[in-house]
Amino acid sequence: MKHIAVLQFPGTNCDLDTKYAFEKLGCNTTVVWHKENKLPENTDLVVVPGGFSYGDYLRSGAIAQFSPIMKEVVAFANGGGKVLGICNGFQILTEVGLLPGALKRNIGLHFISKFQTLKVVNNSNNFLQKCKKSEVLNIPIAHADGNYYIDEAGYQELEANEQILVRYCDNKGEPLVVNGSVTSIAGVCNRNKNVFGLMPHPERALETILGSEDGIKMLEGLIA
Amino acid sequence: MTAIVNIFLKEGVLDPQGKAIHHALDAMNFEGVEDVRMGKQIVLKLTATNKEDAQKEVEQMAEDILANTVIEDYTIELI
Repeated sequence: MKHIAVLQFPGTNCDLDTKYAFEKLGCNTTVVWHKENKLPENTDLVVVPGGFSYGDYLRSGAIAQFSPIMKEVVAFANGGGKVLGICNGFQILTEVGLLPGALKRNIGLHFISKFQTLKVVNNSNNFLQKCKKSEVLNIPIAHADGNYYIDEAGYQELEANEQILVRYCDNKGEPLVVNGSVTSIAGVCNRNKNVFGLMPHPERALETILGSEDGIKMLEGLIA
Repeated sequence: MTAIVNIFLKEGVLDPQGKAIHHALDAMNFEGVEDVRMGKQIVLKLTATNKEDAQKEVEQMAEDILANTVIEDYTIELI
């Protein structure tokens, strides 16, 4: 059985959804308060869930990066451990430097909350190994600061190393401007492909009756 | 001593809030606005008395947390 650690900061609000999701997939899941300075033993995957850590003060994720548990998460990632950041978790992972780029305010300034189609760009990684390349997934998004920015040199590196995970797209898989992200990027991974971040919420897409179960094959890749 | 840190998105990084303010000014018939950039200002009261030390200290703060240098530039003014 895989052991998942789900972090919880003041203002995190997707911790229990994320716990539910991984338990539904048969994992042992522990919620870890940000003041802890140790991850549970045998942790196979750390998930930094969505929400509004520290009320998004200063910048989304800017203050959470200095919580005690984050030192441990950085060491875990640098040792090859798998880390997934969803929404605010993605913002925290870029702020702490585990993922390249940064997330700015959406163009149009609206908080966008809806189901959104995504195109799988690369599946040569643990996270998306169960998805087909170019497959279109239906996953909810809910964010105000999801406008992914990276400079040209950084972008070329992402392309060359197959680090772009998913792009916002229309029903036919054509790239779609949703929040102003560089080339409609919705998620990326690091060079070593053990740290993943995305704005959409796969943990909210586990049941057809609630709109989509496409999140299952995303999360399953990480526990395969 | 007081340090005033001004933080703005870098030149060339699209500023959605600045753009929205620009649209609003246009809609209100304020003419002659070429560009609008929106930033934030952080005011720090320091115990330091030496300007050089204070400058170094605040620069470190700006690099470490106050600004995200992937997308933002900052200026420091000491009074």
